Amino acid sequence: MPRRNQLWTNIDWLTVFIYLVLVFLGWINIYAAVYDAEHQSIFDISQRYGKQLLWIGAALLIAFAILLIETNFYVFFSYAIYGAVILLLVFVLFAGNEVNNSKSWIAIGGFAIQPAEFGKFATALALAKYMSTFGFKLQRFWSLVIIGFIIFFPAALILLQNDTGSALVYFVFVLVLYREGLSGVVLFFATLIGLMFILSLVLSELVLFALLSGLALLTFFVVRAGTKHFFKVLLFFAGAFILLAAVNYLARLGYQVEHVLAGMILLGGVGIIAYSMHNKLKSYTLIALVFMGSVLFSLTVDYAFDNLLEPYQQARINELLGIESDPLGVGYNVNQSKIAIGSGGFWGKGFLNGTQTKFNFVPEQSTDFIFCTVGEEWGFAGTLVVVLLFLTLFVRLIFLAERQRSGFSRIYGYSVAVILFFHFMVNIGMTIGMMPVIGIPLPFFSYGGSSLWAFTILLFIFLRLDASRLDHLSN
Amino acid sequence: MDTFSKRGYLIIGIFVLTGIIFIAGLFRLQVLDPTYKVFATNNVLREIVQYPARGLIYDRNGNLLVHNKPAYDLLVTPREVAEFDTTYLCNLLEITLDDFKGRLDAAREYSRYKPSIIVKQISPETYAVLQERLYRFRGFHTQSRTLREYKYPAAAHVLGYVGEVNQSDLKEDSYYSQGDYIGVSGIEKTYEKWLRGEKGIKKFLVDVHNRIQGSFLNGEEDTHATVGNNLTTSIDIELQLYAEKLMENKIGSVVAIEPSTGEILALVSAPSYHPGMLVGRVRGANYSRLLADTLKPLFNRALQAEYPPGSTFKMLNTLIALQEGTINLHTRFSCDGPESRPIRCTHYHVSPLGVVDAIRESCNPFLWNTFRSIINHGETAADGFNHWKEYVESFGLGSRLGTDLVNENNGNVPSEDYYNRYYGAGRWNALTVRSLSIGQGELGITPLQLANYSAAIANRGYYYVPHAVKNIEGEVISNRYRTKVETAISPEHFEPIIDGMQMVVENTNASVFMRIPGLTMCGKTGTVQNPHGKDHAAFMAFAPRENPQIAISVYVENSGYGSTFAAPIASLLVEKYLNREIAESRTWVETRMLEMDLLNRNQSR
Repeated sequence: MPRRNQLWTNIDWLTVFIYLVLVFLGWINIYAAVYDAEHQSIFDISQRYGKQLLWIGAALLIAFAILLIETNFYVFFSYAIYGAVILLLVFVLFAGNEVNNSKSWIAIGGFAIQPAEFGKFATALALAKYMSTFGFKLQRFWSLVIIGFIIFFPAALILLQNDTGSALVYFVFVLVLYREGLSGVVLFFATLIGLMFILSLVLSELVLFALLSGLALLTFFVVRAGTKHFFKVLLFFAGAFILLAAVNYLARLGYQVEHVLAGMILLGGVGIIAYSMHNKLKSYTLIALVFMGSVLFSLTVDYAFDNLLEPYQQARINELLGIESDPLGVGYNVNQSKIAIGSGGFWGKGFLNGTQTKFNFVPEQSTDFIFCTVGEEWGFAGTLVVVLLFLTLFVRLIFLAERQRSGFSRIYGYSVAVILFFHFMVNIGMTIGMMPVIGIPLPFFSYGGSSLWAFTILLFIFLRLDASRLDHLSN
Repeated sequence: MDTFSKRGYLIIGIFVLTGIIFIAGLFRLQVLDPTYKVFATNNVLREIVQYPARGLIYDRNGNLLVHNKPAYDLLVTPREVAEFDTTYLCNLLEITLDDFKGRLDAAREYSRYKPSIIVKQISPETYAVLQERLYRFRGFHTQSRTLREYKYPAAAHVLGYVGEVNQSDLKEDSYYSQGDYIGVSGIEKTYEKWLRGEKGIKKFLVDVHNRIQGSFLNGEEDTHATVGNNLTTSIDIELQLYAEKLMENKIGSVVAIEPSTGEILALVSAPSYHPGMLVGRVRGANYSRLLADTLKPLFNRALQAEYPPGSTFKMLNTLIALQEGTINLHTRFSCDGPESRPIRCTHYHVSPLGVVDAIRESCNPFLWNTFRSIINHGETAADGFNHWKEYVESFGLGSRLGTDLVNENNGNVPSEDYYNRYYGAGRWNALTVRSLSIGQGELGITPLQLANYSAAIANRGYYYVPHAVKNIEGEVISNRYRTKVETAISPEHFEPIIDGMQMVVENTNASVFMRIPGLTMCGKTGTVQNPHGKDHAAFMAFAPRENPQIAISVYVENSGYGSTFAAPIASLLVEKYLNREIAESRTWVETRMLEMDLLNRNQSR
């Protein structure tokens, strides 16, 4: 069959090669992480590395099977697969097994699978299917609602399982939407919100609002330097400040300076908007809105942080932002992880010579903290190779996605790239203390059948789509 | 149709930027920042200290004085502790439940991961029982230490004791770590560096639960403990024991020196204590008890008490005058006994009299005239005085001798400034400071200095800095103890003085107490005026007259005349040291001295 032969020549072997290398590296690092002198055989299936070998074998079979299936299958059954996974996610809420405080496992015989892992590729399929429908327009309100539903319904179910990390992954689809035409403003505001979130927690309110006030004035000044409009802006702010301060003082309300400043931005902002609408100064309206929004958001974050987050979540975020340091408590994991990686030096301590990982100083070292073993035993040389391998993979995937003829394949390809990237970013960022401790696996590396299979399926569906990119898909 | 394909570059940009940030972060963490390597080592290495046995201490004849006995510390790693039978453990260790809980809390506060000592110095007997049941107490383990043990209940003030290092020790010497032992006083302190040996360190790899996983690098980096060097002291333990026995129930001190070497043969500060009292778990309680004792047993009188030398000082004034030529062997001064002025004599005797008789009679007027001749020899009184002071100091008086025993006192020889301040410059003369002529007034001398002064006379003009250690295994003692210190008096001036001293022992009313059959001892009594109560008795002596083997000083506080209290004790010690036994004819002296109880105020004297 000529088409079969074409399949094997059209597969992107570079991606397959990187995949195989990463899986292999993951496996030997798992071996090193749980290695002990009593169980030396790398094939001992009572040990994690033995089991991982089984998962790898199964994953390769799955990958092979995926490649054999006709491309149209994935297009046709996108929604069905999505539906099935949603059912699993609902099912696990009622009948799941609790591990590490999250109810996310389904035990089948001796094995346990984690439906949340499979939610990612299913969502990617559904999203690709929906967005590649003929006549689809992203800018339509209902389109956005449906996209929001497709993405966040599984995320919400996963959140209900108390698996925050896996749920956060779904936010990364915003990058796909951006690629498909979502306004850059959304991305800008998403970044702004993230920045404000961090600043609200790190900076004291006084510094934050003083900074915002200064920044607002500066922006107004830069946009319309030396005009009477800027002078008016000054008047609005000064008036608002004097008014609020006077009221606060006379009525003995007892607000601090930072709150008067916040009020000044809000009240002055209202005045500026009224003024700029009247004078048709669109930019001033926009700036005023951005800064008013920032103040409101920051106030909300403070409130939400204090009142809505669980103490352990607050602690993890605080630890990351360096607000509270508790190396033997909440920060223990990250601290030990940094010690393990840092102690590797340039060339590492050598295979199986890691002391931090071998003697269990690093928790979860074969799953979420597998990167520690790389860092300790292979040093900077090893971590550099791994990071570069991942980067090559991601860039290659974007390249592959861009060469697709069908929207379905492209959207799915982007989804694969950004999902893998998100795991990479959060996982490695966590182990070196640049991200909060969010328990998500490092793709292809971390121990665990579900995640390996899920990532394999995710990747190989795209490779299959890519291999037949020249064929006409049915839509 | 695809208007947004450029946006792929932004996404690639995000990927690459993240990658660069990670690589930079990893480079900093792994290559630039060394702190994590240190943390890693601290994480996995448990260093188990191998404590060496302290060096043994022998007396001059090779008798073992101090050795070591095993003791055990109980350590706890709070993190590993599981529930256990506290009552049983407390009973076994003989501590209260509250005390034990307090210690456990303290250990927990120190560190939950690192072991800390919870009970120190458990006896081998208790340890034997504990060791068998230790498996029931998870998180507890023992380590072996050694404690000092003393063969003789003697020489506490020479040997000193060993205690735990304090904060300043830790700061001063990085060798020590918390909980280590260190010599606190005596030769244990002076010779700490030799006695302590060298700690060894065994490195083990531990896992996160602090369980030992094996040796580190197959023990390549382990160091073995080196046993401390043995010391041979100059102490003659028999003499020491005998001296302590004689000083029982008395307050005072004995210092005996071998004049030809400066080696301290015996050093007693009475009352003393059993050195074993300051060892092990009882040390704290015993130490406070000794500290609270009104007789101050911890106070080392032999080195730290300062008394006016009294009449023992008369030889020195005479020697200075002879050396200066302000008197000679034909000089005679008259004495009117207690009617003499400006200084009375204690009794009537032949008058006028020369050097030899003046020493024998301890004649105050003779010494006043002699002293005046020295002071007046100078252009001014101050001039003469300063000249006199130089001579006095050449005998090691007025400043620390620099022995190897710690906390020695300076003694006191007043300075010109002192008198200038007191009387005004040029407004004092020999008469003003006349009490110096008979060893009273501002003079202060320690028993060690008195013994050394005696040795200098015995040597006819030189001494060696007194020291208590004869040799250190494998090493000679410091040069300073092997260097002759010359006094400013020429040898020929000593003979007439020594004649007088011999006559003190053989030809006075008190000779019955101190004359030793078959031995020529030369000595001098002193009675130290004591404004607070009964006078202190002092006696210095050396023997035999030719080729002296022992020089000695004895102080007995609040007893009265030197001749009746201090001299007999000194003579018994000299006899014991030189003859190894007390002659039959003198056992009554021995009995009298042994039975004398100066602490019991009701006993008649």
